[in-house]
Amino acid sequence: MTYKTPARFLALLAFFCGMAAIGYGQEEEKPPSWWDTWELNGFYELRGGYRTRNDPFEKDMSIMETRLQLDATNYTDWADFKVKGDILGDLVLEEAEFDLREANIFTRPTDYMDLKIGRQILTWGTGDLIFINDLFPKDYQSFFIGRDTEYLKAPSDAGKVSFFNELANVDFVYTPQFDPDRFVTGERLSYWNGNMQSLAGRNAIVRTDKPDRWFRDDEFAVRVYKNIDNYEYALYGYWGYWKSPGGQTAGPVPQATFPDLNVYGASVRGNVGKGIGNIEFGYYESADDQSGTNPLVNNSELRFLVGYSQEIGRDFTAGVQYYVEHMINYGNYLESLPSGPARDRDRSLLTLRLTKLFLNQTLTCSVFTFWSPTDKDAYIRPNINYKVTDDMAVELGANIFFGDYPNTTFGQLENNSNIYTAIRYTF
Amino acid sequence: MKSLWSLLVMPVLLPVVAVAQAEPLTDVEVIVNKANLVAYYQGDDGKATVNMTITDSKGQERNREFTILRKDVAEGGDQNYFVYFLKPADVRKMGFMVHKHTGEGKDDDRWLYLPSLDLVRRIAASDKRTSFVGSDFLYEDVSGRALHEDAHELVQTTDTSYVIKNVPRKPEAVEFSYYTVTIDRKTFVPMKMEYYDTNGRLYRTIESTEVKEIQGFPTVTKSVVKNLNTGSTTVMEFSGVQYNTKVGDIFTERYLRRPPREAIR
Repeated sequence: MTYKTPARFLALLAFFCGMAAIGYGQEEEKPPSWWDTWELNGFYELRGGYRTRNDPFEKDMSIMETRLQLDATNYTDWADFKVKGDILGDLVLEEAEFDLREANIFTRPTDYMDLKIGRQILTWGTGDLIFINDLFPKDYQSFFIGRDTEYLKAPSDAGKVSFFNELANVDFVYTPQFDPDRFVTGERLSYWNGNMQSLAGRNAIVRTDKPDRWFRDDEFAVRVYKNIDNYEYALYGYWGYWKSPGGQTAGPVPQATFPDLNVYGASVRGNVGKGIGNIEFGYYESADDQSGTNPLVNNSELRFLVGYSQEIGRDFTAGVQYYVEHMINYGNYLESLPSGPARDRDRSLLTLRLTKLFLNQTLTCSVFTFWSPTDKDAYIRPNINYKVTDDMAVELGANIFFGDYPNTTFGQLENNSNIYTAIRYTF
Repeated sequence: MKSLWSLLVMPVLLPVVAVAQAEPLTDVEVIVNKANLVAYYQGDDGKATVNMTITDSKGQERNREFTILRKDVAEGGDQNYFVYFLKPADVRKMGFMVHKHTGEGKDDDRWLYLPSLDLVRRIAASDKRTSFVGSDFLYEDVSGRALHEDAHELVQTTDTSYVIKNVPRKPEAVEFSYYTVTIDRKTFVPMKMEYYDTNGRLYRTIESTEVKEIQGFPTVTKSVVKNLNTGSTTVMEFSGVQYNTKVGDIFTERYLRRPPREAIR
């Protein structure tokens, strides 16, 4: 929601104009001036999709939008500049939106240090569409309605400083004001509402009580990593908040909350047999409810992932993952659970990705499947993308949810199953 | 020599070894090793901008443009490459990093960086005979085919060239039954490669159509591959070729995410 706040955008814009002025001031020689060397790229896209099931709480249209992305880059002797934003006409929400995806300055002040400040997309960790130690904001709403995978990552307003040396490399990311996920709110995707003990959507849009004080409700993330014989080892730390609602306030009109969360984890990735293997785990310390007795706050968890991918034919790759979320104080959780169905102690998930390229790699057919044997639900993402020319691509895909129960991660989304198509012109 | 790498980027390298080689060589292993060594391991590193035009049988064109960097890890041994995409627009600023391993049975390590997701992906591909960026060049043409993968036979020596026949030791792993390479006797630049299928029919050719001397090294600046089965042709043109740029150890995640400016501009 913050992305629509004009004040914030204006602040960033002003910041950039300020930086631009500094950059401009440094130019002694006339041509080419800093203003003349901007490179502009982007794309224009039409994307539309419909629900395949009737959803009493939402429109039949799951996605219907035109999008113009503009990506402007420039550089001086000392820094790179990037501003990337999407102008979006959204017929589902019936609104126009400007989504500033990136607005940052990158500089490499010394041989052993990189610095990137501003709005940016941040990613680390080893999972494929599963994130344990990557606690940068995700946009699950975009993911579920069939936008390009690029939009699964929401931007952070942050500073990232990286140090490189023989011993190990270190990334620090500081986010001065908490950046939550763009999660399912009921506005365009229906969900399980635990308070109502039923599915809900536009009749019960999630209200949130979000930490939003600058420099006080902040987030800090660190990664220490090293490559030894092309096995990539990493340690992670995160001090912030549950990124999607991890609790709620008490009272007659509960608001979703983002309780304190600290995460400590590690990962390894490297060659295993003919393919690539990865292992990652994280300890999710729900700092506001260490004992797990507060029903209004998520319990602490251990999360574990193991994955393997391999080429199984020409231009044909398969990837499998096993993932589990293990609740730490399960007994306390059961005892303090007010009502409604309890979750299992372990939520496990298996994923399978198959990707095959055809027609000189211009046609990509892929399917990604999540299946949870514990929740008895599944999520299938088939996608076909064809590059008609270097500049134009057409796409057809679907998001299909199944579940035995209406309250599980994917089961609750069953009525949001959708099929979509898109055409994109890149420049 | 068998690898296109020699045609393409390595050309960098070829010092004019055979200036006055009046007497032709007769030992095929010597020729092959010499060409291989000359092609792969001259200079410490090389850099070029590559322009690729892929034309299918219907005449539809697709273009690729990227900067490629190479640095030898060990003389006659492993090498690192870095490919930084400039065109088409949808792959712009994508980075591709390869740690090539020449040891028998050892796969290359490959990474891909997707800037819009800020994602460093490890690539599981091990089949080297797949298309490189959708062109008629195969990954192996660009990254190299190890000498020990084929048996070599000197089938012809002319005034200007040697013709070598190469038969794969593991025929089930490749789509050809053999291929011939025509090597320039003076420069040891492979001028033409011809691939034959299991019926003995020619189905694929790679030709060095332009060779220039750069920094004293004969350099292939234009190379054409034709797939006679599909009617598709790819022309690869090299510009801005430089050798011994003294590029540092940039073949790490840091520079995959953001390459050093001097390396890509």
